[in-house]
Amino acid sequence: MRSPVISPAWKERVASVAIWVSASLIVGVLAWILIDIFMKGFSQLSISFLRDEVEDAGRGGGIASIIASTLAILTVTLSVAVPLSLATAIALTEYTRDLTRGGRFVRRSLDVLAAVPSIVFGLFGNAFFCIALGMGYSILAGGLTLACMALPIMIRTTEQAIRSVPDEYRFAAAALGLSRTTTMFRVVLPAATPGLAAGLVLGIGRALAETAALLFTSGYVTRMPESLSDSGRALSVHIYDMAMNVPGGNTRACATATVLVLLLLFINGAAVMLMRSVGRHVPPTRSGSV
Amino acid sequence: MTPSSPNTLFRFHIDRWLTLITRGAAIISAAVVLLVVAFLAMESWPALRDIGLRRFLTDESWHPLSGSFNLVPMITGTALTTTGALLIAVPLGISSAVFGQFYAPPWMAVWHRRLVELLAGIPSVVFGLWGLVVLVPLLAPLGGSGQSLLAATLVLSLMIVPTIALTSHSALSSVPHELIAGGAALGLQRWAIVWRIALPAGKAGIKTGLLLATCRALGETMAVLMLAGNVPRMPDSVVSPIRTLTANIALEMGYATSEHRAILFVSGLVLLSVVSLFVLVIDFVGGWKNA
Repeated sequence: MRSPVISPAWKERVASVAIWVSASLIVGVLAWILIDIFMKGFSQLSISFLRDEVEDAGRGGGIASIIASTLAILTVTLSVAVPLSLATAIALTEYTRDLTRGGRFVRRSLDVLAAVPSIVFGLFGNAFFCIALGMGYSILAGGLTLACMALPIMIRTTEQAIRSVPDEYRFAAAALGLSRTTTMFRVVLPAATPGLAAGLVLGIGRALAETAALLFTSGYVTRMPESLSDSGRALSVHIYDMAMNVPGGNTRACATATVLVLLLLFINGAAVMLMRSVGRHVPPTRSGSV
Repeated sequence: MTPSSPNTLFRFHIDRWLTLITRGAAIISAAVVLLVVAFLAMESWPALRDIGLRRFLTDESWHPLSGSFNLVPMITGTALTTTGALLIAVPLGISSAVFGQFYAPPWMAVWHRRLVELLAGIPSVVFGLWGLVVLVPLLAPLGGSGQSLLAATLVLSLMIVPTIALTSHSALSSVPHELIAGGAALGLQRWAIVWRIALPAGKAGIKTGLLLATCRALGETMAVLMLAGNVPRMPDSVVSPIRTLTANIALEMGYATSEHRAILFVSGLVLLSVVSLFVLVIDFVGGWKNA
């Protein structure tokens, strides 16, 4: 089995090295990014940074109004996306057989929606919510645009959570003479709670990370928002604006990025824990390790 | 699941209401994408009607305020950054999946996967910020300001590595264990098993991942906007600044009116069509379920 050019043993060795190098490269770059952002950001971080209003285009003061706007946008997003995704997931799992045409159509549309670039959502949100529905640049418009974006991932995880509840629960409920609605709200959904929470958390993560869709829907204004029809600047938009449009804004941008990344790390951790407790019901996937 | 046609399990009034309400919600969710397409098409229509697609390719340059609408530099920018990012990210991403499945000790495989998921969760604006603060100064000595095709491509590739790695991972883990064990029983070594058995068997799922990664690269806005330099001219080297279709929208939406605005919607519509086409191909092939 000796080839004249490269022997199999050498191929194995070269491949091993290449695989280990690429894997470490990915992890290394991740560490590089996080360490750089945190190092530059932590020096600026303090309680007053989180509590003060934006001053001097962000070079001074803190990010209190930015955090308030972000939370307001998130609230709008969730109050629309949560009921809608829950109801859609129930329709897709409990009341539609897998192969009905309607069910397949809904799934396909959601697959396309999941892949729509965020800037396209920004265009849509601007044309539909800001102009056609007359909301203008506002927290409401931004939140609704993000709700459209977060729908696919929230529906998908909610669907998985509901599916992971064993059918025996439903049979038992039916044997007790419960209506399907009661079964849903008293048996299936409580059993699926961790998975539902994971869907929620992933939706929050997606919404917090978003920038491009907010540029032309919720806008740039740094003032403390007074109502949902005010324009408000989200954390991610603040990072962008500080880095690109404010000379000397880089360190403040890093501090804001630190806040955002820590928030997302926390959310990511929560999602992993919740998904793991869902995993109990799902048959474990076999790993093909040699 | 239990059947949904009227039967003994389906005799309560309230169930009919729940069915109606949830089906209504499902229709609304499905309609969002149609609404997006409809509004983009409506807003693009003035440009398609009055200017026509041909002028986007044949006009002299991109000077929208003086009525010159050449989109070719932006299309080139998008094509170059996407291709470049794929060239870097595909080998890296697949290697990372192979590492997790075949090379790493189990505890390391778990942590590696977790870190890749973490990389997937970093917001694009943070990638852009890191690129701007760290990478651009490093690249500046190569010529230009450092904000260039190269900077944008490098960071874009980092952003799509997790998509490729995670989909390839699930493709590889669904390869039947018998195939792998059979290869091992024949005395094949690790790499031979990976190259001759696992990768060919997981090809469909890996291809799905590549299409998804292409979608993400085509649509990425913030990182590219912050790193590419945004000059709407054809690039003559990897260190020249470029502008992508997405960055063009983000830069000019703020002040664009009438025709100019409509053209930005046309470029959004083009991106949307390409991405939808990819997703429908994935659905058609059926590999999406593993993703």
